[in-house]
Amino acid sequence: MAVFRPADARQVGEIIAWAAGEEQPLELLGGGSKRGIGRPMQVEHVLDLSALSGIGDYEPAELVLTAAAATPLAEIEAALAASRQVLSFEPTDWRALLGSEASAQTIGGVLSCNLAGPRRIRSGAARDHFLGFQGVNGRGEIYKSGGRVVKNVTGYDLCKLIAGAYGTLCVLTEISIKVLPKAETSRSLLVLGLDDAAAVRALAEALNSPHEVSGAAHLPAAVARRSAVAAVAGAGAAVTALRIEGPEPSTAYRVENLVNLLSGAGPTDILDEAGSEMLWREVRDAGFFVEPRERAVWRLSVTPSSGPAVAADLAARAEAESYFDWGGGLVWVAISDSPDAGAAAVRMAVATHGGGHALLLRAPESLRAAVDVFEPLAGPLAALSARVKESFDPRRVLNPGRMYAGI
Amino acid sequence: MLTMPPADPMVLSRREEIIAALRQIVPGEGVITTEAERRAYESDGLTAYRQLPMIVVLPSTTEQVSQILRYCQTNNVKVVPRGAGTSLSGGALPLEDGVLLGLGKFNRILEIDLPNRCAVVQPGVTNLGITNAVQHVGFYYAPDPSSQIACSIGGNIAENSGGVHCLKYGLTTNNVLGIEMVLMNGEIVRLGGKAMDAPGYDLLGVMTGSEGLLGVVTEVTVRLLRKTPTARAILLGFPSSEQGGKCVADIIASGIIPGGMEMMDRPAIHAAEAFVHAGYPLDVEALLIVELDGCAPEVDHLIAVVERIAGENGAVTSRVSRNEAERELFWAGRKAAFPAVGRISPDYYCMDGTIPRRALPTVLARMRELSESYALGVANVFHAGDGNLHPLIMYDANKPGELERTEAFGADILRLCVEVGGVLTGEHGVGVEKRDLMDTMFNEIDLAQQQRLKCAFDPGGLLNPGKVFPQLHRCAELGRVHVHRGQMRFPDLPRF
Repeated sequence: MAVFRPADARQVGEIIAWAAGEEQPLELLGGGSKRGIGRPMQVEHVLDLSALSGIGDYEPAELVLTAAAATPLAEIEAALAASRQVLSFEPTDWRALLGSEASAQTIGGVLSCNLAGPRRIRSGAARDHFLGFQGVNGRGEIYKSGGRVVKNVTGYDLCKLIAGAYGTLCVLTEISIKVLPKAETSRSLLVLGLDDAAAVRALAEALNSPHEVSGAAHLPAAVARRSAVAAVAGAGAAVTALRIEGPEPSTAYRVENLVNLLSGAGPTDILDEAGSEMLWREVRDAGFFVEPRERAVWRLSVTPSSGPAVAADLAARAEAESYFDWGGGLVWVAISDSPDAGAAAVRMAVATHGGGHALLLRAPESLRAAVDVFEPLAGPLAALSARVKESFDPRRVLNPGRMYAGI
Repeated sequence: MLTMPPADPMVLSRREEIIAALRQIVPGEGVITTEAERRAYESDGLTAYRQLPMIVVLPSTTEQVSQILRYCQTNNVKVVPRGAGTSLSGGALPLEDGVLLGLGKFNRILEIDLPNRCAVVQPGVTNLGITNAVQHVGFYYAPDPSSQIACSIGGNIAENSGGVHCLKYGLTTNNVLGIEMVLMNGEIVRLGGKAMDAPGYDLLGVMTGSEGLLGVVTEVTVRLLRKTPTARAILLGFPSSEQGGKCVADIIASGIIPGGMEMMDRPAIHAAEAFVHAGYPLDVEALLIVELDGCAPEVDHLIAVVERIAGENGAVTSRVSRNEAERELFWAGRKAAFPAVGRISPDYYCMDGTIPRRALPTVLARMRELSESYALGVANVFHAGDGNLHPLIMYDANKPGELERTEAFGADILRLCVEVGGVLTGEHGVGVEKRDLMDTMFNEIDLAQQQRLKCAFDPGGLLNPGKVFPQLHRCAELGRVHVHRGQMRFPDLPRF
């Protein structure tokens, strides 16, 4: 067992060339905050990338930031905040959920897992903001793709492939991302007391309105009760939440119009900026499911209008509790007392209601070794994915088996 | 001069046999063989390059596409996919020994799903066709390349097309949820769908913008957006491109992402004004059209901010559209910029690079020098928000040597874009046009990695060969792993 801590891309290349030659697989490690996601790996060595840190070029008016891949997310967010900018895909912070509070998230980890929060529905995921990179493939070769400008179609868009590959294709050493202005103001409209189906219909009505909703979640009463936001926890009912962001005159106008649009659905309430920020952070980070720790936590991406049916199906099959983000398209599920972490029930529920995919985000290592953590792929797609892996990492030394056996 | 992969004499000699086999798969008029009819397919929007395809086939079902590709793979026949043929980079340029696979018959809208804000369509549906199908309920499909009336959504995926609104609303890649595609071996694969993001590798992301080299798209699920209630444009004139560029940077730095932000230089302004009489000022060096969209209070608020910033940057013209007709008039000149240049020059060649915006004054100054040394005029239109520059080089194809000089000028412009930190193509694609410039941006290792990915999809290299990559390598050669067993090549590396 060795831990390698390279200082630059050249050293990363040397280590990987050695690993490929000796067929010694490596676990890629940035800050370690997401180490508990994915299948447990049978890996002897750790490639600790934490020394590849630091913001390079950042000129706010260009909307592009370049940084070494293991730069802490907090450092990047602080630099952006100083120029009133953000990563508009709203990177998640699952450290509390995964019990990795002591570690730092890195930008490379955020991109490699393609994480995105509630604003996904409006601004896209991490992949949509990933402009270019330098990295090292499984042969130990340093290469680059993409660019440092926001519009580029030169060559294949390898950024998309690397985003969400969980480090199985490439070790990122430097990345360029698109950054955007932070909205001047943010507010949330709450509708109280809706059941899941009525809530998702109300969310769709709001999302289909011209009012540019940037967050659309529904918390059943039992989930809402656990919120740290007083107005949500104290509602004594299910809470359906819509976020509106923009310049002050615009936000005020749109909130008022949305209240008119949805007032027939149920009683409404409005959260100010601070309450709104707190609520969307909880929704983003699955704060409601941190405790109890024994519960398995799933993240399901489905057709938005199918969300309630998927949740109802799961509640019938297992000891499951759900809440909804992305207008119903993202279903967070916590499952207790199931020998397979609810895997069979989850796969069945997703498949039955129009398809989609599910990630077992939190479960003990033994369970993550026993069941599919990522959505299993159909035959030709599995074979194609294996060939893609082969084209980047022929000796399978980069995070092998983290997503799927053999990849 | 452009060289394409050499024609395979074996394939050419078997043409009749291949025609017969394709007719077994696509009966009737779907297989086109006469020279006169094939002529219609000899080039795409980049008309400087022409090549008659060996055979044209127009399937109408996914199963037919699958059978065609499987047959061609088995028989070592090259295939060039084609949507509407509006590519500006020669992405659909046929091959002498290749089958041209046209997807024009895939022209149906299959489903409009408003509760989930998406539509499922066949790849031959035009970009504008999608918007036309949903605009009566207030929705639209966001990417709007200027060819949107003709270009197909399948071609948009191949090229990752943009448009004037993509800084705020994204490119094709940000607005496609799923596809069905056929691999060169005939396998049918579904990627994505109505749910967000994908399980496993984001193959949809890499298919988008792959210029027809990885697979043939047979169905598309796109995201639909609700149209904003209000849009107003402001027309700003500046005495220098530096001031115009600074104004753009200040607008963005102030936290505004306009729905559209376009810049034109003096030659483009004059050509456009003479053509459409949009009321553009003729005594300025840079003209900026900034469009703000959203709810009325937001648009009013932002217009005031932009007016103030423009004033601070020395704008000598500042006019806000008072109604929809005037807003459209402001845009009419910009939208007609290409034909307007076409009016004052026998031919023009449209380039497409992206630069960091801060480099705009440098790039424009260097371009003027190049223009003088090549003795060819150039007009510039610029997607100012995202740095995507479209220089239009004016030339006369009938004058001997002028096309070659234009190509050399164009190549110099693109090299300049890369030199200042930009890229070869912002939205038109590499195709054949910029293929031989790829090494200005990428080294051999970069290109080899991209080509290995191609091998994962098409190990025989039969799908659209000769596009994007300057040199073709065999997959076996690319896949070789050179290892030096037993060597510890980093003895001084810190270990813990």
